[in-house]
Amino acid sequence: MSTTRTKPAPPVGTDPRPGPTGPTGARAWLRDLGMGIRFAVGGGREGWVRTILTAVGVGLGVALLLGAASVPDLLANRDDRSIARTPAAAMSGKQTQRGDSTLLVVDTRTDYRDSEISGLMMRADGDHPALPPGVGTMPEAGEMLISPALRDLMNSSGGKLLKERFADYRITGTIGDAGLMSPKELFYYLGSDSLSKADGAHRVASFGFDQPAEPLDPLLVVLVVLICVVLLTPVLIFIGTAVRFGGDRRDQRLAALRLVGADRRAVRRIAAGEALFGALLGLVLGAVFFLGARQLIGVVDIWKVSAFPSDMTPLPGLAVLIMLAVPVSSVLVTLISLRAVAIEPLGVVRSTTARKRRLWWRLLLPAAGLLILLSQDQVTRTGGEDVEVYTIAAGATLTLVGLATLMPWLVEAAVARLRGGPVPWQLATRRLQLSSGTAARAVSGITVAVAGAVALQMLFASMHSEFNTTTDQDPRRAQLNVHSPRASGALAQRMIDDFRAVQGVKGVNGRVSSYVVKPGKLKSTDDMRPTTELSVGSCATLRELARVGSCKDGDAFVVHSGDRELDKWVDQTARPGQKVDLNSESWGDFEVKARGKHAPWTLPKSTRTISSRPDPVGDHYYGIYVTPGAIDVAKLADASTEALVQTDPKVPDAEEYVRNAATHIDPLIDVYTIRMIERDKQYASVQKGLQAGAIATMLLIAASMLVSTLEQLRERKRLLAALTAFGTRRSSMAWSVLWQTAVPVVLGLGLAITGGLALGVVMCRMVEKPVSDWLVFLPLCAAGAALVAVVTLLSLPALWRMMRPDGLRTE
Amino acid sequence: MVCIVLRMSIGHTLLGLLESGPRHGYDLKRAFDEKFGHDKPLHYGQVYSTMSRLLKNGLVEVDGIEAGEGPERKRYAITEAGITDVQRWLATPEKPEPYLQSTLYTKVVLALLTHRDAADILDTQRAEHLRLMRILTDRKRKGDLADQLICDHALFHLEADLRWLELTSARLGKLAKEVLPG
Amino acid sequence: MTPAGSLLTADGLRKVYGPTTALDGADFSIHPGEVVAVMGPSGSGKSTLLHCLAGIVRPDAGEITYNGQRLTGMNDAALSALRRSEFGFVFQFGQLVPELTCLENVALPLRLNGAKRKDAERTALTWMERLEVDDVRDKRPGQASGGQGQRVAVARALVTSPRVLFADEPTGALDSLNGERVMELLTDAARSTNAAVVLVTHETRVAAYSDREIVVRDGKSRDMERLV
Repeated sequence: MSTTRTKPAPPVGTDPRPGPTGPTGARAWLRDLGMGIRFAVGGGREGWVRTILTAVGVGLGVALLLGAASVPDLLANRDDRSIARTPAAAMSGKQTQRGDSTLLVVDTRTDYRDSEISGLMMRADGDHPALPPGVGTMPEAGEMLISPALRDLMNSSGGKLLKERFADYRITGTIGDAGLMSPKELFYYLGSDSLSKADGAHRVASFGFDQPAEPLDPLLVVLVVLICVVLLTPVLIFIGTAVRFGGDRRDQRLAALRLVGADRRAVRRIAAGEALFGALLGLVLGAVFFLGARQLIGVVDIWKVSAFPSDMTPLPGLAVLIMLAVPVSSVLVTLISLRAVAIEPLGVVRSTTARKRRLWWRLLLPAAGLLILLSQDQVTRTGGEDVEVYTIAAGATLTLVGLATLMPWLVEAAVARLRGGPVPWQLATRRLQLSSGTAARAVSGITVAVAGAVALQMLFASMHSEFNTTTDQDPRRAQLNVHSPRASGALAQRMIDDFRAVQGVKGVNGRVSSYVVKPGKLKSTDDMRPTTELSVGSCATLRELARVGSCKDGDAFVVHSGDRELDKWVDQTARPGQKVDLNSESWGDFEVKARGKHAPWTLPKSTRTISSRPDPVGDHYYGIYVTPGAIDVAKLADASTEALVQTDPKVPDAEEYVRNAATHIDPLIDVYTIRMIERDKQYASVQKGLQAGAIATMLLIAASMLVSTLEQLRERKRLLAALTAFGTRRSSMAWSVLWQTAVPVVLGLGLAITGGLALGVVMCRMVEKPVSDWLVFLPLCAAGAALVAVVTLLSLPALWRMMRPDGLRTE
Repeated sequence: MVCIVLRMSIGHTLLGLLESGPRHGYDLKRAFDEKFGHDKPLHYGQVYSTMSRLLKNGLVEVDGIEAGEGPERKRYAITEAGITDVQRWLATPEKPEPYLQSTLYTKVVLALLTHRDAADILDTQRAEHLRLMRILTDRKRKGDLADQLICDHALFHLEADLRWLELTSARLGKLAKEVLPG
Repeated sequence: MTPAGSLLTADGLRKVYGPTTALDGADFSIHPGEVVAVMGPSGSGKSTLLHCLAGIVRPDAGEITYNGQRLTGMNDAALSALRRSEFGFVFQFGQLVPELTCLENVALPLRLNGAKRKDAERTALTWMERLEVDDVRDKRPGQASGGQGQRVAVARALVTSPRVLFADEPTGALDSLNGERVMELLTDAARSTNAAVVLVTHETRVAAYSDREIVVRDGKSRDMERLV
């Protein structure tokens, strides 16, 4: 502990030989660093424990840094493979002439529970079709190629329904790695001999295309920079703390060296040597951890993230930077941390009357950051200039790093005023008053991570809620929209029949529908051409949509929803006895050029107007409703067959049964869950990723807090034993350990949440989105509480051990 | 040092030496010199005068006389009264005072030689020392500075004695091996 | 065989630490208000005897009775409570909490017993005055001298008015002048409250502050009083 000494004892006697402080300059540096390394290696068990702790800590940090350095390459490789398998025509819109190597392709995709499965259906025109990467032979009709992950999923116990879905296809092979973005990607190719352009297929001559270099979305750049700052700053802070592990003991050892004549500078260099060795060992361990994780990420998939080990290659420049920066900073951190300590021959003197931490320059950083952000104009997706983007990134970085520098002052200032309270609380706060630096430094890592995560989540949440409010569909109803590009009354009927038979389906409404317009010239070119929906379906289907009365095949109806405005709009087109045009495109609009031939059809004079009733999903239909006998479905241009399916949320996998039924009817039928899955999923994964990152950071910090707590306990073995002797309850000491961890963490989280919310508000303002979720920080608070609990719990065994009376035995 | 041994306890020492069996005068002298005389041997005259005093007090008796003249020809044996006297002497702690060690040493060695509990002798002495130290400490607490300084002087000496006692206690086993034949 | 009127007695204590036998049939007894010195060479088991007597360490065999209660039959919580309320402790060093001020250190045992901070510190201050260390009340132990620190420790040991004060080499880290001052104040204070003092020491001049002496050798105790 801090001892007060007046003066170092003068060296006794003089040694005629040059002492250990003989040479100067680079040679002295080298010699002392080498000596430090020898201490790190040869320091007995104690020395090794310290070196290994540092090395593991630095290693974890280095592994994370290497991982981050691999991300650019990883993304580039994934993009490359994604491009390489994209049918060439899909992006150009040009017509491809049929040839020996051409083929017809169409996207077929399906969902299975919460997994998205992508696929292509292909039909070769000739004998030598072009093949996508990773595919050796063209699948014949009824054949299927699948990715290894899809095969695993289909063969797993939870994949039975998925296997049934593709039961009509024979799996003839596996897609090679070159054709997959990640090892866990779910992907398939189907062979067909009947695919035609009418099914929405494209004719292509090759796969892959040259992608023009696209500038990154400025908003995305801001996000990427922020994410890097948020996730990597704590790693750097952690490395900084890891280098200081066991510092107190080392200082005592160094004091012994002073006694035999090493001077102050030599001692510092020796300490630097020890740290350097730990850091170098850490680099090696980091490389090992990284290589291990690299193999692991190809096998497991956490949060839907997986990657080919070969994709995880750090950028050489960054890797070199890490390899150089880590050892150099370990030396610098050690030298800086020794500034506050005087290692004298008779012991270690900590400057007990430490300089009070100053607030002003610490406030300067975050204030400057927020000011920069506030002074920026709003970023619009199109108009952002590069300069602004980097200014914004700088502002956000300043704010976050500023929060970290604010932390030591905050802890010091907060605990300085704490007096009294129960004994454990008093012990903890007094301890923090005396030396809050270690705890504050460790917690400042959390501060950056949490503040960043809060701000980013707020930003994502507000963007997400905007998507929510602009959609008409109501996602609260589990509802499937089954859609086929083929217009066929028979298909509609089959959908209705098949889906009704499916387990868990409450209602089906199937029909062929298209939009029809009022033909003829418009009064003004600015007018909107009257348009209404025309649906073809059976009387039975109609009865579910409207109050019909009598209905027989060959009848037609105008359906009113009860909304007067809408009904008037419908009546402009649907005039019994008058013509409507079944090809809406043939008339064009004020902006759209007319295309194709007119397809006039007369709405029968006998057409009745009826009023609608809620359909199975709760919507009101309005427009023209025609039974198949009154119209030739083939005449409808751009029609589609569509079924709305309502499922029983209580039946698990009801959606999967519907999808299976649909795939059996026609693999090209698209079953779409009206739930805004895409955005929900994307948002959820971003949120999950951010939280995972923040929690991983907290784990790192927890590790370093645990180490320093254990160190401190070990140092106070005697004191703890003495306290036990006079009857201190174990629980009292346990609580003091808890408070000692909890106080800085709570302060850090408080600061992080305040700072994060402020940053979030400013950023939401910049992208012109209202703040929609103020409570994004709650899970992180829970994680903080868990961290405190974990550190405390893990230090309890050591505490119990230290509180045994053995500590009193001095002999 | 030896002179103090002589003055203090030569009679008891010779008596103690007789406990292991009757001896001639010169045997006694040789045994004494060997065990306690260090570099200053006992005079025949001293042996003679001491033995005649012990004879007169009935602590020894003449066991036999060899041919020839002089006290060195007489063989002495210890009487019951003599054994009791040695026992009493050994069991009584010495008054703590300077240069006590020789007497104590003699006592310890004699105890070892006569298979008595030497540790007991030391512990008894130790208790006596501590008793005096307590008295001095008490006086010191109540007295003025002069008292304190005088008492401290005595205390430091007693402390030194006590240290010697402790050390000797710790080395009794080794000492026994040295003084006891075999 | 409990001597009449004894406050704390031990009978036939045995304690083995791995290969070493620390206590091998040690006995002990102390009366209220008595100061008993426990002496003996290093490693003789005198500290172990103190730890057993104070209920810090459980003996492997033997009986300890405090005020009619068998310590050997008590659970950890009961022993801790006993130590908190009835016993006081002074060790050679390293017993003061470095972060707390000296006053807070002295008040600590009272607060562990549930006293209010103000009350505890008021009582603590009177004890600090008694041990002549009230001038360091607001200093941290690291800022006080060794003698002051030990006296603060004594004040802390006595603040709960314990019935037995256990002092393990209380002057071990002090020079003789400071050591004697600590002993004087300690024994005065203990006598004034009629507390019994178990004083483990290897210094005879410190032991001279006792009323009686026990010597521990090779794990066996010897009551020197019975020899004289």
